[in-house]
Amino acid sequence: MAEGENEVRWDGLCSRDSTARETALENIRQTILRKTEYLRSVKETPFRPSDGLSNAVSSDGLNKLLAHLLMLSKRCPFKDVREKSEFILKSVQELGIRIPRPLGHGPSRFIPEKEILQVGSEDAQMHALFADSFAALGRLDNITLVMVFHPQYLESFLKTQHYLLQMDGPLPLHYRHYIGIMAAARHQCSYLVNLHVNDFLHVGGDPKWLNGLENAPQKLQNLGELNKVLAHRPWLITKEHIEGLLKAEEHSWSLAELVHAVVLLTHYHSLASFTFGCGISPEIHCDGGHTFRPPSVSNYCICDITNGNHSVDEMQVNSAGNVSVSDSFFEVEALMEKMRQLQECRDEEEASQEEMASRFEIEKRESMFVFSSDDEEVTPARDVSRHFEDTSYGYKDFSRHGMHVPTFRVQDYCWEDHGYSLVNRLYPDVGQLIDEKFHIAYNLTYNTMAMHKDVDTSMLRRAIWNYIHCMFGIRYDDYDYGEINQLLDRSFKVYIKTVVCTPEKVTQRMYDSFWRQFKHSEKVHVNLLLIEARMQAELLYALRAITRYMT
Amino acid sequence: MEKMSRVTTALGGSALTGRTMHCHLDAPANAISVCRDAAQVVVAGRSIFKIYAIEDEQFVEKLNLRVGRKPSLNLSCADVVWHQMDENLLATAATNGVVVTWNLGRPARNKQDQLFTEHKRTVNKVCFHPTEAHVLLSGSQDGFMKCFDLRRKDSVSTFSGQSESVRDVQFSIRDYFTFASTFENGNVQLWDIRRPDRCERMFTAHNGPVFCCDWHPEDRCGAARGGSGRVARMGAGEGCLRTCTAEGGPSPERRPLSVSWTSRRGWLATGGRDKMVKVWDVSTHRAKEVHCVQTIASVARVKWRPECRHHLATCSMMVDHNIYVWDVRRPFVPAAMFAEHRDATTGIAWRHPHDPSFLLSGSKDSTLCQHLFRDASQPVERANPEGLCYGLFGDLAFAAKESLVAAEPGRKPCAGDRRHPIFFKRKPDPAEPFVGLASSALSVFEMEPGSGSMSWFADTAERYALAGRPLAELCDHNARVARDLGRNQVAQTWTMLRIIYCSPGLAPATSLNHSVGKGSSCGLPLMNSFNLKDMAPGLGSETRLDRSKGDTRSDTVLLDSSATLITNEDNEETEGSDVPADYLLGDVEGEDDELYLLDAEHAHQEEPEYVLPQEAFPLRHEIVDTPPGPEHLQDKADSPHVSGSEADAASLAPMDSSFSLLSVSHALYDSRLPPDFFSALVCDMLRFYAEQGDVQMAVSVLIVLGERVRKDIDEQTQEHWYTSYIDLLQRFCLWNVSNQVVKLSTSRAISCLNQASTTLHVNCSHCKRPMSSRGWVCDRCHRCASMCAVCHHVVKGLFVWCQGCSHGGHLQHIMKWLEGSSHCPAGCGHLCEYS
Repeated sequence: MAEGENEVRWDGLCSRDSTARETALENIRQTILRKTEYLRSVKETPFRPSDGLSNAVSSDGLNKLLAHLLMLSKRCPFKDVREKSEFILKSVQELGIRIPRPLGHGPSRFIPEKEILQVGSEDAQMHALFADSFAALGRLDNITLVMVFHPQYLESFLKTQHYLLQMDGPLPLHYRHYIGIMAAARHQCSYLVNLHVNDFLHVGGDPKWLNGLENAPQKLQNLGELNKVLAHRPWLITKEHIEGLLKAEEHSWSLAELVHAVVLLTHYHSLASFTFGCGISPEIHCDGGHTFRPPSVSNYCICDITNGNHSVDEMQVNSAGNVSVSDSFFEVEALMEKMRQLQECRDEEEASQEEMASRFEIEKRESMFVFSSDDEEVTPARDVSRHFEDTSYGYKDFSRHGMHVPTFRVQDYCWEDHGYSLVNRLYPDVGQLIDEKFHIAYNLTYNTMAMHKDVDTSMLRRAIWNYIHCMFGIRYDDYDYGEINQLLDRSFKVYIKTVVCTPEKVTQRMYDSFWRQFKHSEKVHVNLLLIEARMQAELLYALRAITRYMT
Repeated sequence: MEKMSRVTTALGGSALTGRTMHCHLDAPANAISVCRDAAQVVVAGRSIFKIYAIEDEQFVEKLNLRVGRKPSLNLSCADVVWHQMDENLLATAATNGVVVTWNLGRPARNKQDQLFTEHKRTVNKVCFHPTEAHVLLSGSQDGFMKCFDLRRKDSVSTFSGQSESVRDVQFSIRDYFTFASTFENGNVQLWDIRRPDRCERMFTAHNGPVFCCDWHPEDRCGAARGGSGRVARMGAGEGCLRTCTAEGGPSPERRPLSVSWTSRRGWLATGGRDKMVKVWDVSTHRAKEVHCVQTIASVARVKWRPECRHHLATCSMMVDHNIYVWDVRRPFVPAAMFAEHRDATTGIAWRHPHDPSFLLSGSKDSTLCQHLFRDASQPVERANPEGLCYGLFGDLAFAAKESLVAAEPGRKPCAGDRRHPIFFKRKPDPAEPFVGLASSALSVFEMEPGSGSMSWFADTAERYALAGRPLAELCDHNARVARDLGRNQVAQTWTMLRIIYCSPGLAPATSLNHSVGKGSSCGLPLMNSFNLKDMAPGLGSETRLDRSKGDTRSDTVLLDSSATLITNEDNEETEGSDVPADYLLGDVEGEDDELYLLDAEHAHQEEPEYVLPQEAFPLRHEIVDTPPGPEHLQDKADSPHVSGSEADAASLAPMDSSFSLLSVSHALYDSRLPPDFFSALVCDMLRFYAEQGDVQMAVSVLIVLGERVRKDIDEQTQEHWYTSYIDLLQRFCLWNVSNQVVKLSTSRAISCLNQASTTLHVNCSHCKRPMSSRGWVCDRCHRCASMCAVCHHVVKGLFVWCQGCSHGGHLQHIMKWLEGSSHCPAGCGHLCEYS
């Protein structure tokens, strides 16, 4: 069989023209059937031991195709494609070939599948978003499916991501994906690494680079240090880091490239936070997203329990443990009451200057004890860790850190005034896109809290945002950090801190144990705040260093 | 605005004195403000709050207002303002949202007067009323503006912008009740201080935050409020206004109200993150943008220059540290530039409201500067005052300072001078202290009909083969193309390349036959004549080189082609000496240069006064038509006694055999030497062609030879050639060729050119809105947008449409339609244009 015939072109499916999709699907169908036939004929002829290898290879290829088809049948925004690919899978099955089935039951391990929007039942706006995303990437990833709780944000997010990865920019395409891999690997986020390994190869990246950072060009290796510091201790970035990258003779970065890289790094660091924070499951067509084994009892149990895919009461017992429903109901009430109090007594009680200053220090110091008890070092899976060096380097508390690092004052260097101008100057249009994204994330509200309506949540959102910045040593002069203590309880702080600083340690337990009465969409909303605040914090430190270098 | 009070009249007899100076502060400054006596300045920042006296030679620290042992956030100032009525009154805005007033008249060390803690977030700006002693206005990050009466403990009124953070507030200088506020979302609002419920007017001024605004200080633009429509409503208020004015303290300059009523409210300048300064005329019902200045960085502060109606000073908070003074009518070049600061300038203030020459500034680099306007650097002076432009039909217009043109020595108009000099003078504006360029001369040079044809360029570009065949074939093909077009030098270069680079075994043999055949077969007069023409000067220079260098023979032979060209260059240089071309283009980089040179080289000298025509054309004819000129003969006569047999042979050989002789020698030597040996020479040759303006040749050879020479020419040069050539191709609309070149280039920066800007923006032909989704179905009207306006079928394949009205259709149909009518076939009445 000629290799050309085996090539399956998926890009036709991204077309918005239904006839074009149909032709593409028909081609795929024929290819697959041809392969299947071939495979069967190979099987039926028992001799030819030399053929064993090619047999394995081609069946492997077929399996990949089938997995992709399975993904399409579940996740394509176009109904005709979903149906047709399911049909193809069925017909292959009839031919006696084992077909894959998805592992797990949804895009997120933490959120039951039925809570998440089903592909096919979206409204017009969401469909447009899905179609855009599908057309750009040829897939609808789980992150998108979870974020679609907040379509307004998703739109901005996808637009930014698309611009960063595919539109005009100083870095070549494969560099961009490789930097994405580097950033995600820093947090051992195999989900993002897998996705981008595929994309990296697709845009013509050198597979050798994937064996580890030391196989990548020196230029990218130089970026490793910045990646490391940025991911875990951004306050340590100095203009020397920047200078080191910009003045490395033939391996040096240009300012524009560096800004592009920094934006990509911060984007993927925070996206890794989201992936862990919402328990995004592997993509169906990637490793670990599907299985060819027939469903067995044991298998069923494992994946379903970890996915929280059982009846509601069961989940309550399982996750909320011994806390009763009424208890958690009071939680919401108490939070609302506190917000009301703060709103009212704000004008009366005036904290003194010193007290305000010390509150920030207290919050900063406390944030370091907030960690969940288990502090054991998890050795990262080998396949991911090879994309970065110095695996032991992790988040160290800002305040516990040995040498004295001065507090970062937002009033002296803020995103709106300074960061934006710098990014937009060096990487046009991106400043605008990110600015929009920050804005939407910060101002997003439905005026609801759990079962309450018409609540002004701005205070709560600001507390979350400023708490994250506080963990990175960024201080707002005009904020009373006492509010944080009032509004965020301990389990919530644990969750925030883990998601932002060491996302790889997030567990289902943490996710379930904060804000028990709140809806999943609200928890996703919290995650959006977390990742945007984190991204801004990292960006601020990196951009300030660049500014200092330039002056 | 603090400096613009009209309380201080004129310059009070004694003019300000001083010099450009600076002093070091202990900490970065966030804002500065000047006392009304113009002798003191206050500097405020996160950890600094001091008053300096401005003396003739230096700044002297007068008072440190930051007292107390522990640092308080109340003292970390975002803004500071000095009252223009009361020398003892200051106000600061703190980053924690507190507004503090200071009374310098207090006997205690701590001058702090009042504390207002009403804002919940950082206060970005404070502003005193220009005439009222007790009215203070603040604008904060929380979106509120508050008006304080300093005689009371809390605010008098609160204004809610109903949008995001307030970045700046400014009382109108002329209009008692009005103030302007600017917002982070790009809006500007005008408020009446008596009506806190809603703003009087709102307009979107910028894209992104508006960081600053400033009212024009002058009477002519700024006057009391109100358009004509408002008079009736305000009638009742007039009395009140009078009384207020009476209370407002001495205001000798205030004009009679009857005049102000109908006059304009004036101009407001705003600066934003979108790198623009806009001047708005807000006197009419709609705010009208009257001027717009595009800066290179976001605008942090803007201040009108006193006494100069159209001047304003700006500084930026990021990236660019200079202070610029702009004439708003000349928005492209700043009138003056102060480049003293090493970090972002955060505060600027004119020292005296009636003195345009002293500017004070504070910066993040912890310095306070006084700039003198006469010491400013004026970018205009360094700007290139010459302009050059080609017309559609090859005409050339050229403008330069009159003095430069006049000073050109030894220029005599020729008989055939088709120049039409037009001199014009710019009338100096008496109102304008800053005089622009006095005068300039514009010259227009017409093309001699037909001489400017560049068809050879397009032909060559289209017919050259750059890839896809063996090197030898490519070279042969290209040589043939060049010869067909009468460009024999180029043709010969190709032939030589072929000889050099094609493998010594087979290729030389064929080339040998080839050239010998040509040389000896006198039966082909045409060919022969070509050879003659080409070789003659070549020989001349070769021998000349031989003589001067005494180098090895192979060298000389190889230099041959370039040497030929060197003679050309020599010629050109001699031309250049009496030509203004040098100063004309001396500073201009890149394409213009190229463009110019191209023409110069190819003897389409449409500037007859640059070069005498007799000189310009013969340059070419000498090579093409005539046997070796006298100078060559002379060379030859000189040569024999210097070098050996080869020179002898060459010079003495009869014309028709010279070619074959030479060719043989080529072949012989080539077969012994590796092609690498020649690469340096080939590179020189390429550089020479590029230098001469024939970047086409340079790029074509580069592509054809590929790896063989690429490594010897540095990346940047290659890139430069490529971009120039691609640019030229695109000007000739040779899109296909240019794309081919992009594709074949090996330089990364070039090959990504055709990956950029691949997005096509399309409007729906029904609703005329941009189509947001990909594909051809409009989101809004749910119809297919790609209907052919002629046959009303959906177009598949080539779709052509007018960018004006979005209608279009099948390429064939539209072409046919346009033969008959220039109106849109859809009947929308648009006069469609297709390129």
